[in-house]
Amino acid sequence: MNAPTEPTRKLRVATTSLAGCFGCHMSFLDIDERLFDLLPLIEFDRTPLTDIKHCGPCDIGIVEGGICNAENVHVLREFRANCKVLIAIGACAVTGGLPAQRNHLDLADCLQEVYVTEVSLSKGGIPNDPELPLPLDKVHPIHEVVKVDYFIPGCPPSADAIWKFLTDLIAGRTPKLGHGLISYD
Amino acid sequence: MSDTQTFLLDGEEIPFAPGQTVIQAALAAGHYIPHLCYHPEFKPHGSCKVCTVKVGNRTAASCTLPAQAGLEVESASDEMNDLRRTLVQMLFAEGNHFCPSCEKSGNCALQALGYDLGVMTAGFRHLFPDRPVDASHPDLLLDFNRCILCELCVRASCEVDGKCVFALSGRGIDKHLIVNAPSGRLEDTDVALTDKAVQVCPVGVILKKRVGFAQPIGARRYDASPISAQALADAPRAPAGDGRCAACEEAEEK
Ligand code: SF4
Ligand code: SF4
Ligand code: FES
Repeated sequence: MNAPTEPTRKLRVATTSLAGCFGCHMSFLDIDERLFDLLPLIEFDRTPLTDIKHCGPCDIGIVEGGICNAENVHVLREFRANCKVLIAIGACAVTGGLPAQRNHLDLADCLQEVYVTEVSLSKGGIPNDPELPLPLDKVHPIHEVVKVDYFIPGCPPSADAIWKFLTDLIAGRTPKLGHGLISYD
Repeated sequence: MSDTQTFLLDGEEIPFAPGQTVIQAALAAGHYIPHLCYHPEFKPHGSCKVCTVKVGNRTAASCTLPAQAGLEVESASDEMNDLRRTLVQMLFAEGNHFCPSCEKSGNCALQALGYDLGVMTAGFRHLFPDRPVDASHPDLLLDFNRCILCELCVRASCEVDGKCVFALSGRGIDKHLIVNAPSGRLEDTDVALTDKAVQVCPVGVILKKRVGFAQPIGARRYDASPISAQALADAPRAPAGDGRCAACEEAEEK
């Protein structure tokens, strides 16, 4: 797989991790030396790698993780408002993933169990610092909150899948993963 | 040779034996038509509609459509595959399919079908139903979260095992798999590990305990080749049972 040829202008890319584990970002970095092929083509806006706090106008937004709290919703909306193409990456962004495994439970029961009842976990009651974003009663995949243009499933998607997807997209092809690269686990 | 009857599948001639369905003839000839509830050893159930093909201006489930000479069947078209994709997406949105923690991953027909059709998202709003598992049996686990209501376990338990351990209950979106015991629990049935019903589930509902990931992810059935390349595995073969069990026949007659 060759990297696409250099465009006249670098594509501006933003990434974020919402209710995710950063595994998808790690998998992105796992493209290893192919990052050198990618860097002449793109520049980063807000990402955990640049520490830019807010997303500006971008060509591509990549969102890891689902929506589990109020802050996730704000960040996701900011991405949608600023990114021409929005990509959901990983099982959590695409399906809700692991965090959504609490969806059949009552949120208050979860908080009670973790912060009060369970002795090995409890550390002085349910946190209520105003700095903390309020949890939502259910965890949602991001397409339930904003329009999403592309989805890359996987927990996490492999570096090869991410590479194939991004190089297709940057080259102006419809991204296609195919056998061995498309994976839900 | 001259009296071999054929029909056209995506423009290719497919021979068939009298009594065969379109999907049986296609699979026997090595042509894949996507399917979920069809199984070569059981009577067709016709419920998942994934095997839908176009004949003239109409669509029909190819697992229940009798092969006829001269039929012109369209299957591998964008139109049919779009329809199948939507059906698979609905199955994903309707249950709880968290593949990363599912023991069936890599051996699962629903997942393999999703991969093959290029299903990147369930698209719909996920229902996140609350379906407690049944871990009562010492050797078997039932995870209802992943049931696609294909009735293969129901058919196998009745037609082959003669036990009718499983049944579907309810209508529409409330339809669900039940265990035929007054307690509703699997431990109170005479299900056995060797039962056909325990082996046929295409997804990760009926699972043997203490097996887990002994066969590693990456070395599983659909890792080797996509489900569409395994059409011959589902070619017609002798039926596993001979119709419904005696008790069910009797109940019907009453
Ligand atoms: S049953 Fe299949 S589709 Fe569902 S979670 Fe398990 S592997 Fe995934
Ligand atoms: S448990 Fe498995 S075999 Fe039985 S109806 Fe559900 S999906 Fe089909
Ligand atoms: S395989 Fe034909 S309807 Fe399910």
